[in-house]
Amino acid sequence: MRRYLADRAFAALGLVGLLAALAALAALLLDVILDGAPRLSWQFLTSYPSRFAASAGILPAILGTFYVIVLTGVMAVPVGVAAAVYLEEYGAQGRLGRVIEINIANLAGVPSIVYGLLGLGLFVRALALGRSVVAGAATLALLVLPVVILATREALRAVPKSLREGSYALGATQWQTTQHQVLPAALPGILTGVILALSRAIGETAPLIIVGAVAYVRFVPDSLWSPFTVLPIQIFNWVSRPQAGFAENAAAGIIVLLVMLVLMNGAAILIRDRFQRRRIA
Amino acid sequence: MTRSFLERVIERALFLSAALSIIVTAGIIAVLLTETVAFLSEIPIMEFLFGTVWTPLFADQHFGVLPLVTGTIVVSAIAMCVALPGGLLVAIYLAEYARPGVRRALKPILEILAGVPTVVYGYFALLFVTPLLQRFIPDLAGFNALGPGIVMGIMILPLVSSLSEDALGSVPNGLREGAFALGATRLQTSLLVVVPAAFSGISAAAILAVSRAIGETMIVAIAAGQQPRLTANPLVPIETMTAYIVQVSMGDTPAGTLEYRTIFAVGMLLFLATFALNLFSNWLRERFREEYV
Repeated sequence: MRRYLADRAFAALGLVGLLAALAALAALLLDVILDGAPRLSWQFLTSYPSRFAASAGILPAILGTFYVIVLTGVMAVPVGVAAAVYLEEYGAQGRLGRVIEINIANLAGVPSIVYGLLGLGLFVRALALGRSVVAGAATLALLVLPVVILATREALRAVPKSLREGSYALGATQWQTTQHQVLPAALPGILTGVILALSRAIGETAPLIIVGAVAYVRFVPDSLWSPFTVLPIQIFNWVSRPQAGFAENAAAGIIVLLVMLVLMNGAAILIRDRFQRRRIA
Repeated sequence: MTRSFLERVIERALFLSAALSIIVTAGIIAVLLTETVAFLSEIPIMEFLFGTVWTPLFADQHFGVLPLVTGTIVVSAIAMCVALPGGLLVAIYLAEYARPGVRRALKPILEILAGVPTVVYGYFALLFVTPLLQRFIPDLAGFNALGPGIVMGIMILPLVSSLSEDALGSVPNGLREGAFALGATRLQTSLLVVVPAAFSGISAAAILAVSRAIGETMIVAIAAGQQPRLTANPLVPIETMTAYIVQVSMGDTPAGTLEYRTIFAVGMLLFLATFALNLFSNWLRERFREEYV
């Protein structure tokens, strides 16, 4: 009966594996909270960076993150949703459609740092946008575009076929069907996907470093063309310094970043749940 | 008439949005190619690919990319040692063993791990994992390949487990039932029937994981060091391709110089490697899908 013993041992091992992942997550969170919580204060949230760890804050980083992400959404969402509607509703037939699909799948796997190089070569240099908010947001928009497209397609696929057929039976055209039936029905799913895509963009560091967000910004960005920093880059800058005070600042910054992510993901889950309840009712 | 005209205009506009993705790919290739060609017009390609010293930022410049490549390989290999066995174990457990309640309770852990920003993992690698390892390995330097490699493995584990779980889940139940009918235990069924049947899907997951590891940036930029060196020793500071690109970008290297172009040449190498791996992974997954439909 040794094989039954092996069977049970393996089940236990699987559970241990998952618990190890949980332990790693707990260690990460505990480490960050223990290091950073003492530094969290109103002063930290509303101050500018400083040479002195104790008086430094993340105001420009928070506002920079906010501006960049809003702008990223404004650029990526309409195009991403339109692309998904084309691929899903209009059925990209033939070779070209196939090529576009494979291409989007591949783009989703390109390392984010390569998007940074694209942003540097295209937006910062060729289009001469400089190291600005708009260049950073455009770079992130290209980065999240495949994610928005894939999420929207999934939401569109979940809309029952009968809805479309009913609309066609009443004489609606394809766009009328899409605009008045399919998109409203898919909206909660699309919103969830968009929020998750943007919450991924919030944590992105590497592409914005390449595009040239600077870590030491002593002002709040006041236009699309002003230099900027974002929270992850501020954290990176502080982690890279040897003094312990800056490590605490980094940990406190991480707590703020994680709270933002939890709020966004919470919103996404809320939307999904409300939608599911409405469907059952 | 106007209605059908409007229809056609909208279809065009939607098509253009979809086609934008092709322009993005073309843009990536164009940007990388122009700067790389300019770089290679000054540095012979053989010296770049096979040179063993990488010092573009020093007075005595050498442009052999091998130290960055080995640095990338060492860290990625360590990450794979964590992510592949761990991810596969978790996937088999979730797909073949766990009850629905346990699954629902434990799966969010993996989703959260996958959603943590990489800069946070970098902090964790530098200030928690490396000091912890130093207690057991006194020779471990403050910057090294081991700590970030392990943390990168934890970061990639959810990717491996979720894709492998999908692959295991799409193996038809008839195969399992056949094995059970022959008296096999759940473990024998999983390892001798289900896993081999899902092999191409699992390989696709593994290859995608390698691609992710090669392209991962912040963990190594923070915790692995900035010393390009040709070594397989995981205990000393090294530099990966991605970390080098970050290092140059943090400084003020003027556009158009040879130093500036190095990051595009290294980026090109990175892009080609990940692109090839992603294509291969996709191909494997497609093949797998055909087998069981």
